Amino acid sequence: MAEVKLLTFVCNWCSYGGADQAGGLKIEYPSGVRLVKVMCSGRVDPQLILQGFRKGADGVLVLGCHPGDCHYKSGNYSAQKRMLLLEPLLAQFGIESDRFQLNWVSAGEGERFGKVVNEMYNKVAALGPLKLTDSAVKEETA
Amino acid sequence: MSDNKPKVAFYWCASCGGCEEAVVDLNEGLLDVAAAVDIVLWPVALDFKYSDVEALRDGDIAVAFVNGAIRTDEQAHIARLLRRKAGLIVAFGSCAHTGGIPGLANLTTKEKIFETSYLKSPTVDNPEKTIPVTKTTVDGVDATLPGFWTQVHTLDQLIDVDYYLPGCPPMPNSIVDAVTAILEGKLPPKGAVIGSKKALCDTCTRTKPVKPTLHERFYLPHEIDVDPEVCFLEQGVICCGPATRGGCGEKCIQGNMPCTGCYGTLDGVTDQGAKLVSAIAAYIDGDSAIEVKKAVATILDPAGTFYRYGVPASQLFKKEAMEVTK
Repeated sequence: MAEVKLLTFVCNWCSYGGADQAGGLKIEYPSGVRLVKVMCSGRVDPQLILQGFRKGADGVLVLGCHPGDCHYKSGNYSAQKRMLLLEPLLAQFGIESDRFQLNWVSAGEGERFGKVVNEMYNKVAALGPLKLTDSAVKEETA
Repeated sequence: MSDNKPKVAFYWCASCGGCEEAVVDLNEGLLDVAAAVDIVLWPVALDFKYSDVEALRDGDIAVAFVNGAIRTDEQAHIARLLRRKAGLIVAFGSCAHTGGIPGLANLTTKEKIFETSYLKSPTVDNPEKTIPVTKTTVDGVDATLPGFWTQVHTLDQLIDVDYYLPGCPPMPNSIVDAVTAILEGKLPPKGAVIGSKKALCDTCTRTKPVKPTLHERFYLPHEIDVDPEVCFLEQGVICCGPATRGGCGEKCIQGNMPCTGCYGTLDGVTDQGAKLVSAIAAYIDGDSAIEVKKAVATILDPAGTFYRYGVPASQLFKKEAMEVTK
């Protein structure tokens, strides 16, 4: 399988804790999983996801607290609304649904963190690198 | 023709002609403009040849207003020619600014466009399955057409652009402002978009509660009786006002139609569609994924709704040629 980059946003209060615990438990996941800690999954602006794809991510994973557990009460609900609205838009641009996911990992779920990122990474790796057309002008005479 | 008047060129690329209409909409104002400048190219209205422009010295044209997106060899050739000959290039209207309606073609492929336009349309009778090619020989004579690119570009992806005049089409008052600024030499910093610095919502007069009303579904404007006094989003009709530059005079809103986003993004925003996703998502009712998905499904064409005028200017730029498997 091809080596890919999986841009993973983890929230400060739950999912980062989950990733931390996964480390403590020595759970292995591929080096292509790149973590970015944000204060809340609700902070992940869809612009960041599109920029991620544009700048070389082959998949984007957003992890937040389980519904009802958000440190800010409703940040993960906001994230869910945005991400689910973004999904069909990505499909229209030809980005496969397996390349983008929102999921929940709590601070005590190190094992679940490993499972979620490994599953997602394998799916993205099966699809291979994302080839986005860039906006540079290509002359064609056909 | 006098030599001391500033020379001005108008050109159209992939556009509908609406921007030309907008110039004509200046009414008597157009006479003032015509008196103050010397028009050297305006294919839609006046008979100048490309060779006339080629004969000018480089930088001889004071300002060239270019509307339309870039998709063919001819459009690229003239845009580059004008860049050489003109001191200032103004991207005129949504298509030149962000890709506009022609830019939606980036959501499909060139092959599919040709198939629909030349083979499958119900009104097409084309038994020989002829599609455009750049060169063909008819009765021993070579006939040529400009090449049709696989993707649509904004003007600034092809050439350096000095100013942007957004809108589909730009409002006459914006055009007058821009022309006056150029004639009087009161120019904004290079790369500026001539329009408001605030979002459309900022000047919209419709009533809107502090806390948004959440919706289980969205409506198209014809599906409900739209109250002309109340915010469209409050009523469940998608309006691009929250993430669209103001300065257009809210003509659509006054006509009881929601904003479709033609003035593009505000300064500092990298992606119009992404910002609209954020704004519209705030109006969705539902804490479970199932409820949210139900509401999302009532937006029939998210990319076409959130990037109606901006697919080529978006981060994603173009759909890949592959088929989407759902």
